[in-house]
Amino acid sequence: MKNSVKLLTAVTGLVFGFNVTALPPAPNDQKPVEKVFINANLHVGNGKVLNNAQLAIADGVIKRAGHYKMAYTGDEIDLQGQHIYPGFILTNTNLGLAEIDAVKATVDTHETGQLNPNIRSLVAYNTDSERIPTMRYNGILLAQTTPSGGLISGTSSVVQLDAWNWEDAVVKADDGMHINWPAQWAKRFDYSTFTMQLKQDEKYAEKVNQIKQLFADAKADNQNTNIKLQAVKPVLNGQAKVYIHAENPKSIIESIQYFQSIRINDLVLVTDQAVGQVIDFIKTAGIPVIVTGVHDLPSQNDVSVDAAFTLPARLQKAGILTALSYPGSMSSRNLAFTAGTAAAYGVDPNQALSMITLNAAKILGIDKDYGSLEVGKSATFFISEGDALDMRGNLIKAAYIDGRSIELHGRQQQLNERYQQKYQQD
Amino acid sequence: MNIKIKLMATAVLASYQLSHAASLPTDVVNGNLDNRHSVVALTHATVHLNANQTLENATLVLQNDRIISIKSNGSVPDHAVQTDYSGMHIYPGFIHLDTSVGLPELPAKAPFKWGGPETINSTIDGAYNSNEAIKAAYDAAKDFKLDEKSNAKFRAAGFTTALSYRKDGIMRGTSLLTHLADQTEAQNIINSQAAQHLSFDKGSSKQNYPISLMGTVALIRQTWLDAAWYKQQNEMLDFDLAAVNNHRSLPKIIETNNWAQVLLAAKISNEFNTEFTVKTAADAYKNLTAVSQTKQTLIVPLNATKAPAINDELDHWNIDYTDLKEWEVAPFNTALLEQQGVEFALLPDESPQGLDTFLKDLRSAHQHGLSEKTIINALTTVPAKVLNNPDLGSLKAGKYANFIVTTGPLLNEHSQIAETWVAGKNHAVKGLPLLQNGHYQLTAQDASYQFNLSHEKGQPKASAADQDDEHKYSIKLDGNFVTLAVKGASQDESFFGVLQDQQLTALDQADWQLKRLGEVVNNEQGTQGEEQKALPSIPKPFSAYGLHEVDSNDTVLIKNATVWTNELDGILSNTDVYVSNGQIKQIGTQLSVAKNVREIDATGMHLTSGIIDEHTHIALLSVNDIAVNSSMVRMEDAINPHDINIYRNLAGGVTAAQLLHGSANPIGGQSALIKLKWGVDKPEDLLIDGADGYIKFALGENVKRSSNPESIRYPLTRMGVEQVYRDAFTQAKAYERAWQDYNKLSSSAKKKTTAPRKDLAMEATLEVINQDRFVSCHSYVQSEINMLMHVADDFGFNINTFTHILEGYKLADKMQAHGVGGSTFADWWAYKWEVNYAIPYNAALMHDAGVVTAINSDSAEMSRRLNQEAAKTIKFGGLSEQDAWKLVTLNPAKLLHLDDRMGSIKTGKDADLVLWSDNPLSIYAKAEKTMVDGIIYYDRSQQAAIEAEITNEKNRLIELSKNSPDKKSAFKSKPSKSFECDSITGFHHIDQHLFHGAAQ
Repeated sequence: MKNSVKLLTAVTGLVFGFNVTALPPAPNDQKPVEKVFINANLHVGNGKVLNNAQLAIADGVIKRAGHYKMAYTGDEIDLQGQHIYPGFILTNTNLGLAEIDAVKATVDTHETGQLNPNIRSLVAYNTDSERIPTMRYNGILLAQTTPSGGLISGTSSVVQLDAWNWEDAVVKADDGMHINWPAQWAKRFDYSTFTMQLKQDEKYAEKVNQIKQLFADAKADNQNTNIKLQAVKPVLNGQAKVYIHAENPKSIIESIQYFQSIRINDLVLVTDQAVGQVIDFIKTAGIPVIVTGVHDLPSQNDVSVDAAFTLPARLQKAGILTALSYPGSMSSRNLAFTAGTAAAYGVDPNQALSMITLNAAKILGIDKDYGSLEVGKSATFFISEGDALDMRGNLIKAAYIDGRSIELHGRQQQLNERYQQKYQQD
Repeated sequence: MNIKIKLMATAVLASYQLSHAASLPTDVVNGNLDNRHSVVALTHATVHLNANQTLENATLVLQNDRIISIKSNGSVPDHAVQTDYSGMHIYPGFIHLDTSVGLPELPAKAPFKWGGPETINSTIDGAYNSNEAIKAAYDAAKDFKLDEKSNAKFRAAGFTTALSYRKDGIMRGTSLLTHLADQTEAQNIINSQAAQHLSFDKGSSKQNYPISLMGTVALIRQTWLDAAWYKQQNEMLDFDLAAVNNHRSLPKIIETNNWAQVLLAAKISNEFNTEFTVKTAADAYKNLTAVSQTKQTLIVPLNATKAPAINDELDHWNIDYTDLKEWEVAPFNTALLEQQGVEFALLPDESPQGLDTFLKDLRSAHQHGLSEKTIINALTTVPAKVLNNPDLGSLKAGKYANFIVTTGPLLNEHSQIAETWVAGKNHAVKGLPLLQNGHYQLTAQDASYQFNLSHEKGQPKASAADQDDEHKYSIKLDGNFVTLAVKGASQDESFFGVLQDQQLTALDQADWQLKRLGEVVNNEQGTQGEEQKALPSIPKPFSAYGLHEVDSNDTVLIKNATVWTNELDGILSNTDVYVSNGQIKQIGTQLSVAKNVREIDATGMHLTSGIIDEHTHIALLSVNDIAVNSSMVRMEDAINPHDINIYRNLAGGVTAAQLLHGSANPIGGQSALIKLKWGVDKPEDLLIDGADGYIKFALGENVKRSSNPESIRYPLTRMGVEQVYRDAFTQAKAYERAWQDYNKLSSSAKKKTTAPRKDLAMEATLEVINQDRFVSCHSYVQSEINMLMHVADDFGFNINTFTHILEGYKLADKMQAHGVGGSTFADWWAYKWEVNYAIPYNAALMHDAGVVTAINSDSAEMSRRLNQEAAKTIKFGGLSEQDAWKLVTLNPAKLLHLDDRMGSIKTGKDADLVLWSDNPLSIYAKAEKTMVDGIIYYDRSQQAAIEAEITNEKNRLIELSKNSPDKKSAFKSKPSKSFECDSITGFHHIDQHLFHGAAQ
């Protein structure tokens, strides 16, 4: 083990030296490296693991991934049984939009108003967010930065997590529009009794109608002077997806049927345990699902104590393309461990990995380049000492985005070292 | 004003037949005095003197407002106005213990407010209590006005007497006891101060404190202590404290909102050596054992529950098992109380229709098993006893002539209240029937018919008396004129007559005669609506996971496990652990124990001591109060042993926890240390015997109310926070000295000296200084942590634990020197400014510096995965697996001073053990079995069966609800609350909004 650590230090640490400032690590502007790793366990991301395999990268892409008899030109790095994973993909996150949740000035997640189809998260994505290095340290290398709030929150974009600015970061701009479908019955807090109560939303029909009217008007519009209607058109043309956020079984059915009825078929359902009630419907509708919370309490008192933990397994068993997400972003670095939990509760560990890699890439429409360790895809991956879905094994020694080695050492690591040193001196 | 009302009343009253408005001796009469004192005799009635004694064919004699005599076959005194009450039943009038009849409308309840400037002091002018929820001086009788409309509604349901009080505040002042007659207030009021009233609801008070259940308990206790002190002091005036003292001898009635408050009422009254009569929310069935063991007299509303409406199968999602089960069991509530021997008074259902459906609801309660005798007692003798009033509650010479006249036995489906007599005055309800029920014979010239006459909904109904009689009988009334029709196979006949004194006669008496032979002859096989309902199963606790009964066997041999001892032995493979009577007896290989001991084959599994959560808010009914020094509040007053999160935490391997007060105040409330025993009845059954006392402190953004830009509450800065502590400890020392000085006095000197005021907050603060109570302090940044250690040093005590302590890594050396532990999160940060420099290496850095370090949850969800949180210290900080594991077991046990009994697997320690499917630090590990004191409370191998049982039972109830003719209610399913430090409401996103003004 000691050997390999040294080896990796040689690979990454020496390039930059340990960053001694408390600034976020600088992006690596160097050209993509050419490297060959041998004796690695390749967790491909597509459900397969290749033991004692080789990964070669050059020009930012994967040149080799698997077992080869011939040596590849370049320095061969012996990983001695360590693990290579495709970079984890954090979908549906406010990463880069929120810095300190309680300080309003640092939060750009939620525009005022109900219908904001023209809102774009990309322009507010802060590549210098202190949260980003903490994601990378746990293996998350790509994210879908997503606005929230209202009936239509706006459009998200997919970014890579080592960039000078948002232009630099963008992997897929404006990939989809996020729609929060209301529910006829929803839990609301009642201050007079101080209890959470299931209440009927008297404005349910009106709210649904607002969404439908916007799409109808956008379809009919030929004046091109209304930027809200303009913003809907890429969705109507099939250039962008619709992410339906719905957390009620009836809302899920109603929303999917509506969009399919107006021939918008590139749909993704972003949901929680509510989907457990309508798995057959989702399967038939052929809609992929992003599960927002695996580390959640059961939604009701009378369901299984494991209800949230087993949801990915139930979806996967039904053959539904499933990705996992992690709400907010302050703790989203734990994404891998929700995949681990999914594995503990019934998903094959390699399939669980797909839920935060290839499945997510497919859902976001970036699987041509990202999501798995396959020849021709972007060299976006990391090396871990152990099982990256387990807290004990998620020890990441090096990571690459588009073939560029990235700095893992962030402020949190620097503070750790600073105080380790202080106490050693004392 | 008075004159106007009396005039109006007199004008109305003049129209009543027998009731006659006597004027008051002090009245000025406009006209001629018309006071009558007639003797009234009701003859031939069935008189129910009380629940046990009934006189048939009795004569009840009364005069003015009192009963003169009641005798069977009694003679009627001369000069009596007599009326035949043949067939009528007379019962003592019902007494209603929970009305506000005749009182002004309640002041509006202040809406909940968390933002805006705080209201720290009372907003009430005058020399009243400094907490405006204490309204002990309120005297309802002085506001009382006759309310004829309400009186008539009460009388229609059989009530003759009502206790009336203002339902506002925690101490609500005194009630009056009134007749419900239509006569002046002066005549109606029986007792102008009949009882004193309390509640757990602050009502219209705008003052912030108390906002929690435990704060309410503390306020009641402090107010009673203040009243005792008030008697001897002469430095201030307080009408409310004076009233508490003046009303000491009155009955105390406390209103509760749920069974937990019923238990709290008993706890408070036991402490003060008094007793409450407790008005309940009709939910005793949810914790029958604990409620009945309090031995309190209860006031119980009937509850006409509605079935949850279910349209389709997707609606099942909106309905919790508990809602369905409530609907099924609630109608048995009173019968269950009777079975347990609980003494109780009854009230109508509390919905606006409750009085209208009262008789129907009584009959329903009877069908659900409540005996007639208990029903009558609960409406008469029990409330009379509660009020300590010998003139009410039964029918007896000398008592008030308060009674009801019914057309049949009270609980018979068709019986109606004909008249309600109050204070000797007859108030007609449905009126006496024109024709008496009974078995009649009609004789005409050439025919004779026998039929039953009964009333349904007040209308007479005739039917054949003999099953074989094929004639159809009908009876039609128009005023006093009656047509009796008999339809036969061959011919129809009709008899026309007129009524006079309940006798029906033909216009020409020779045409036909009608004779009453006796009571109705029952010719039907089993009457409808009389069937008794079977008692359904009752889960314990009253929730889905209460269906499964816990096996109380606490002796077991666990064989062949990988045992994480947390002791010098480290991790032992292939090891047996023998648990006997809840304790670890033996650890070794190939242990041999008695043959009948249960064995668990743990091959391939890991056995550890249970996880101990140093910081959680599960199993609580509320979390935060708001007084800057809230040390008087006790979390043990707000424990909810039925919280589903106890079970869920067991499923995550948690066996013990510290239930902490929230973080709204520099000095928070007293902790409760519990073991997670699922299924116990009483909150105190969860408490760890002999555990040390703990208290929550808090620093930083929450206590300075950073989320509220309009806050005016001191302190608003970390500078002010220090001074809060210095002031509190200085005052506590002064308080201690004052008592020491006082206690040194001779007994004669004591009599001449006012004792210091007993102050619950000062007592608890003093315990902290004297190290009788230990501090767990919510803290984040280094400056404040350093500050509190200095304050503690200056006052000569130690902070026991810094909890959260996310910047502990910056001064771990100082913490180690102070001797304080750190209980932290594995990797939380970025949710507010003060956690911006939090790092996931914190636990490891503190641990490596020699600080006793734990990882806690502060979250009902994460507490189920504390094993995972501990494992993160391997990634962040490189702790060894054994050290990482101690962060959630042995180290929190040390911080809670429980390591002599918990936290490791060692002979003699409590058998709080978890069997894991894998290395407990692995993401793939699941708790297979979790035991507390040797009893297995969670067993994964039984989960499939338990879940199937819940599904079956829920489906059965859904079918039952769908097929029920009952009225349907809207969905109400409430998710369980899950509290965190920042909790006010217990619902995360609401609390986030309240505390931080932003969602995470």
